[in-house]
Amino acid sequence: MIGELPAGLILVIAGCVLPLLPSALRGMLGIVAPALAFAQLLWIGSDCQQHVDAFGVTLSLVRTDALSLAFGYVFTIAAFLNGIYSWRARRGIEQPAALIYAGSALATIFAGDLLTLFIFWELSALASVFVIWAGGSSRAYRAGMRYLVIQLASGMLLAAGAALRYSETGSLDFDVIGLSSPGGLLLMVAFGVKCAFPLLHSWLPDAYPEASATGTVVLSAFTTKLGIYALARGFPGEEWLIYVGAAMAVFPIFFAVIENDLRRVLAYSLNNQLGFMVVGIGLGTDLGLNGAVAHAVADILFKGLLFMSMGAVLLRVGSVKATDLGGLYKSMPLTTILCIVGAASISAFPLFSGFVTKSMIMTSAAQEGYTVVWFLLIFASAGVFHHAGIKIPFFAFFAHDSGTRCKEAPPHMLIAMTLAAALCVGIGVYPAALYDILPLQVNYEPYTTSHVLAQLQLLIFSALAFSWMMRNGVYPPELRSTNLDSDWLYRRLGSRFVDSATGALHVVFATGNNASAALGRAAEGALRRLHGSQGVFARTWTAGAMCLSVMLMLFALLLLYYVT
Amino acid sequence: MSWVDHPRSVTQFYWGLWGTGVLLVLADLVVHRHAETAFDGWLGAYGVYGFVGCVLLVLAAKLLRRAVMRGEDYYDR
Repeated sequence: MIGELPAGLILVIAGCVLPLLPSALRGMLGIVAPALAFAQLLWIGSDCQQHVDAFGVTLSLVRTDALSLAFGYVFTIAAFLNGIYSWRARRGIEQPAALIYAGSALATIFAGDLLTLFIFWELSALASVFVIWAGGSSRAYRAGMRYLVIQLASGMLLAAGAALRYSETGSLDFDVIGLSSPGGLLLMVAFGVKCAFPLLHSWLPDAYPEASATGTVVLSAFTTKLGIYALARGFPGEEWLIYVGAAMAVFPIFFAVIENDLRRVLAYSLNNQLGFMVVGIGLGTDLGLNGAVAHAVADILFKGLLFMSMGAVLLRVGSVKATDLGGLYKSMPLTTILCIVGAASISAFPLFSGFVTKSMIMTSAAQEGYTVVWFLLIFASAGVFHHAGIKIPFFAFFAHDSGTRCKEAPPHMLIAMTLAAALCVGIGVYPAALYDILPLQVNYEPYTTSHVLAQLQLLIFSALAFSWMMRNGVYPPELRSTNLDSDWLYRRLGSRFVDSATGALHVVFATGNNASAALGRAAEGALRRLHGSQGVFARTWTAGAMCLSVMLMLFALLLLYYVT
Repeated sequence: MSWVDHPRSVTQFYWGLWGTGVLLVLADLVVHRHAETAFDGWLGAYGVYGFVGCVLLVLAAKLLRRAVMRGEDYYDR
């Protein structure tokens, strides 16, 4: 029976039921429901189709294949880890919203047509904004509003693109779409917003760091990977994605280096990792596409782990700003070690997950002859190690001692982090397990001597650059600051523009009002002069004057006749 | 003071890192590479690229700070 429910429904139902349960059962449900959803995916397996007739068309509610299953497995694993990590978060909207969010994201992955995709795309956007709002601050509220507007805009583009495609092809099937039609272009932009393409990305570093300690962990797993999945499904091998992805991989790292809020640093590094995946999709080769999917799986786990470790710091210290932290390894030794495992994974150290996934994409880029892109990706890899691998653990747990002494992270958080860390190491040590669930046949060996040596050289010398600059005082100090990103365009320039446009309109209206009032007064004066009680036309004339004027008129008439 | 914070152990770690780096570069002499990427055949190319890349990254980021850094309450004002 469990196999007949649409994928994701278990989590959505669990999210709806959760607030009704006694608080002791809520944490349990948050763990059991994802486990059931995972079991359901194993049960239904590949090549499952479920159709339903609605809106006059046949909707493909569930379509499983290797691509969607790979994302489905890791989504349910992420939801499971989140359930453990947020065991204590029993009150408020966050936990139910997180379950509904995970469930609708899962349903989006398995949507076989564009209309079903749209419905769950929007549901996941709606549910996720409650996770941001659960952060509770007024900053979280405003950031959530901006996030919601952008996510719903992505949904509108998706709906418009789907409608155009339906009128072009007569079908709503969600398979390879291509950019040859206007509908395809709209869908590409809709997916691009979720993937955080350059200039469409600002919602990510804007909103994610404003959620609660547990909320950001949930958010980091799903929304962006929906975009990656949809892109891999609809636009594999679209060449210009290679350049878009390379730009995404490079630009965020500059912002990450100067950012003070460590969860915002991680949001920028999430954007940078998405760049690698977009390059893999753009390459469209078996190795590139597999690499993109593998790296998405690995990223959900190691980025989740890093966000979890920063969440634990936020819970215990009350801040994740580098300027407030330092020396925490004394108070939180286990969190420190687990954070370093996540850092080693994202930095692609041999024996950690990033090493076996990111290199698939880079090898494919080199094989296809995209040398410049390959150089940029190597630079971005060094940059990732620099800002996520070194900066995060260094400024939080080492650096100068802030004097803060706190308790170690609570047990449930440590358990979730340990499981995530075990998966990161597991993928790194035994990549065949991950390669088995990839959509295409893999023939890739990450552990060659030259690859290991090259990667170690890159990493060790990046670390040397960091420590050399630290010792020589070249490294920029951490400063309390806001760094302007493209969200400035709507948060400042846009609102200034609206303000000044409103001001200008006020002036125009006021001038118009004054002018029309003056005109009205002039007209009224003229009427009064002519027709008023003392006006020209209201004057009484004497009989003699009347006779004279009639005589003059008759005389003029006579003259006229005489002349003509 | 624990050994992690001690200036001497930090210095030892720093020079240990340099030593590891030099060993890795020397390993390039021994390891035979397949001509897969643009760097193959160059001694320590990945190391040099990583070091120079990171230094340039940080210097560029310092410049970027001049352009984009504002007060912490910039958007709240």
